Amino acid sequence: MTGGNVVVIGNGMVGQRFVDALRARDPQQRWRVTVLAEESRPAYDRVRLSAYFDGADEEDLNLHTPHDGVRLRLGEAATGVDRSRRVVTTTSGEYPYDVLVFATGSYPFVPPVPGTDLSGVFVYRTLDDLAAIRRYAKDRRTGAVIGGGLLGLEAANALRLLGLTTSVVEFAPRLMPVQVDTAGGAMLRRYVEELDVTCHLGVATTALRPGADGAVATLELADGALIEADLVVVAAGIRPRDELARAAGLDIGPRGGVLVDDACRTSDERIYAVGECAAVDGTCYGLVAPGYAMAEVVADRLVGGAATFPGADTATKLKLLGVDVASFGDAHGTTPGCLDVTWTDPACRVYAKLVLSDDASTLLGGVLVGDASAYPTLRASVGGPLPAAPLALLAGDDAVGASAGALPATAQVCSCNAVTRADIDSAIADGCADVPALKACTRAGTSCGSCVPMLKQLLDAAGVVQSKALCEHFDVSRQELFDIVRVRGIKTFSRLISEHGRGRGCDICKPVVASILASLGNGHILDGEQASLQDTNDHFLANLQRDGSYSVVPRIPGGEITPEKLIVIGEVARDFNLYTKITGGQRIDLFGARVDQLPQIWRRLVDAGFESGHAYGKALRTVKSCVGSTWCRYGVQDSVGLAVALELRYRGLRAPHKIKSAVSGCARECAEARSKDFGVIATETGWNLYVGGNGGFRPRHADLFATDLSTEALITLIDRFLMYYIRTADRLQRTAAWIEAMDGGLDHLRSVIVDDSLGLCAELDAAMARHVASYSDEWRDVLADADRLRRFTSFVNAPDVPDPSITFVTERGQPVPVGGQQATPGRQPVTLGQPVALGLPEVRR
Amino acid sequence: MTTTTALDWVTVCPVDRLDPDRGVAALVDGVQVAIFRTTDGLYAIDNRDPVSGAYVLSRGIVGSRGEVPTVASPLHKQVYDLRTGDCLDLPGVSVARHQIRCHDGMVEVRLRQEG
Repeated sequence: MTGGNVVVIGNGMVGQRFVDALRARDPQQRWRVTVLAEESRPAYDRVRLSAYFDGADEEDLNLHTPHDGVRLRLGEAATGVDRSRRVVTTTSGEYPYDVLVFATGSYPFVPPVPGTDLSGVFVYRTLDDLAAIRRYAKDRRTGAVIGGGLLGLEAANALRLLGLTTSVVEFAPRLMPVQVDTAGGAMLRRYVEELDVTCHLGVATTALRPGADGAVATLELADGALIEADLVVVAAGIRPRDELARAAGLDIGPRGGVLVDDACRTSDERIYAVGECAAVDGTCYGLVAPGYAMAEVVADRLVGGAATFPGADTATKLKLLGVDVASFGDAHGTTPGCLDVTWTDPACRVYAKLVLSDDASTLLGGVLVGDASAYPTLRASVGGPLPAAPLALLAGDDAVGASAGALPATAQVCSCNAVTRADIDSAIADGCADVPALKACTRAGTSCGSCVPMLKQLLDAAGVVQSKALCEHFDVSRQELFDIVRVRGIKTFSRLISEHGRGRGCDICKPVVASILASLGNGHILDGEQASLQDTNDHFLANLQRDGSYSVVPRIPGGEITPEKLIVIGEVARDFNLYTKITGGQRIDLFGARVDQLPQIWRRLVDAGFESGHAYGKALRTVKSCVGSTWCRYGVQDSVGLAVALELRYRGLRAPHKIKSAVSGCARECAEARSKDFGVIATETGWNLYVGGNGGFRPRHADLFATDLSTEALITLIDRFLMYYIRTADRLQRTAAWIEAMDGGLDHLRSVIVDDSLGLCAELDAAMARHVASYSDEWRDVLADADRLRRFTSFVNAPDVPDPSITFVTERGQPVPVGGQQATPGRQPVTLGQPVALGLPEVRR
Repeated sequence: MTTTTALDWVTVCPVDRLDPDRGVAALVDGVQVAIFRTTDGLYAIDNRDPVSGAYVLSRGIVGSRGEVPTVASPLHKQVYDLRTGDCLDLPGVSVARHQIRCHDGMVEVRLRQEG
């Protein structure tokens, strides 16, 4: 059977993955899919649930992709399965199925201790749970978490962030008992207690006692200790949600869970189970990667495939309370005769253990606490020979990196998406020559990203040279060039190329060096030798158009403009016969100017108080804004005022690529700040900062970087973000690509510009202070200098002759280039005729 | 058959009016010529970018590719050999080159019209 009705019970991460996987394999939509979701919101990223307390909202965590032919019933819990009629009943109806998939997940286990029903006691599973915790935590002082595992520590961190004095109670003698060993647990405890989280280990909670108001107030421990807690989170493990399957008479695993075979099929051949609710050959997995693997297996089976569950990789790497913790393979050394190699560095607070086979030839597993940088290589090496000497591996030697090339073909490089070394190698053989190409081709590195360094190493191992050379004249990258210029105080291109390059330069390296010199503050961009480095746009401080004419964009900070200034722009456009258009950045573009007209146009504009808008530069363009609290009924902050201030602060700042920004005055986000390099969205108490968005060829929403900032803190973060970008990005790399390419991504960026992990912040702050202090309007400075002005002629030997090649015709009442709409194949008419019957081509997805 | 008609030398401007490694446009007998001054000397080619049809080559960035002195079109960045006018990125595309010299501190151009 390869078609019909498939009903999915559950829209968690694995349920959603199943739908995505089926849709990808079933483009003809032979399967009609109905998803029954108990929660009122579609699938979200439960692994990153705690990001909710860092300010992430529902949309940030959303995993749901709408598909054709998929019906999603939110808030409609399944209540029964009638296998004889092949019907699922819900709280409000019946759904017939040909195939049924259980993706019901787990529920939090609450130990049978008196008092867990008191108000103020929560579990930690859904966004609703977290929202309730946040509400309840207001005005409360103390919190406790029952359970010191992975989820318990996440919950403890959440309580900390909510301002509660926090304790953790764990029945086992160490934190994270499933993942780490005794010594690793001890190291972890040091980190955790340093954050003022008190740990009570090796002791059971015997009761929760109420206070005078009837809500929970105290935890009683088996050793007689009493812990004050106004709020308690129970994170003592999870149990599979198999109650519907039980009631329907399906076989259940020995420790719970819907029993399935390696095709994820239950004891009823029309019913499958995937994810945490499934017991594959009796074992349940509480991790998302095995769940994803099961979802893929079932999708494959439904289209006639024969996939089987490949076995679970239970390796884990995470950052808990800022501490890297990783565990993989036989972490506890249960293999008979196995050997441990351990490494403890109390100074650097790093603990690592490798478990080896009895002849020390094969890596079986390991534990890393404090530094998990060796994790990707180690995890992929499990079951094979060690890629380097054990101590070199544990000490994180750079030499180890190259050893990803020693991995066997079957080693799983990306466990999130089940991509093996062989998959990567064949993608490289097919022509993938860099990490972005590998990501697009194999999906490796597109989920958690921890394998990205290995992708680079595998490219190296395959002999793919990922050259950093800027061009044939410089062997170094833009970042290295920036440091050379900065550290050596180089002021001219000729010195730079004679000392650090070769040849005469070209249209790649010259504008890069021009931009670097400008970013470092070296006077006007048309002075001295710098003028010869500029791209034509910078050279004429205007934007070259297809007919050889230029366009002019005066700065209109925040999009706010007086009627008088609007009139001046209109008069200038009329007097110079310019085509005018409102831009996407809330300003006005004036097209069709000849180079000899540019100074005359700008004389009028500068006299009226305008200055360069830098539309021609790889520089800050605009800071858009919505109208904000000044006028808007919904606005909570003055978005226009902030946008104006930001635009004036960063105007003229030259960068590896253009920089766009926007400020929205409330969460409705009318300024579209999340499509910008840096976007600001007002909250009731301050500003949320988003970074790394762009429109363009590959649109990307900006990521939430920091929340509820004061204006001062916001400015400090943006200052550092921009200066770090300017220092370290590649040529023509927008902030989005810059962050994506960064080892460690957003976390790394945060560590550099918030925690000052590289000790750079003072330098970055000073660099921005210099920029702000030295800003001067480029066009005003051109008009004041005869030497700068002399280049604005069409012909060196006929300064009074206008360029005869630039001529216009009138279209919709405005001048446009002659031959502007050349008849090229595929160009569509834009005048609308009568509607015609459509024979639409098939839409490719 | 191709014939080349050599016209008269036309004085354009003082040589120090040209910035090193930067072009200017000149009108010579009604033809737009792009003139460049590099450390090797002076070059003159048509100002018209043959790919776009716009008169912009004088505004390109001057540089080198290997030993070849070059200018890159400012519109779509195709690179031309300043000595021959040949496009190094698109086989078969070229621009006309013209004769240029410095005489008594003045730049002089003589058109080469091939046709």
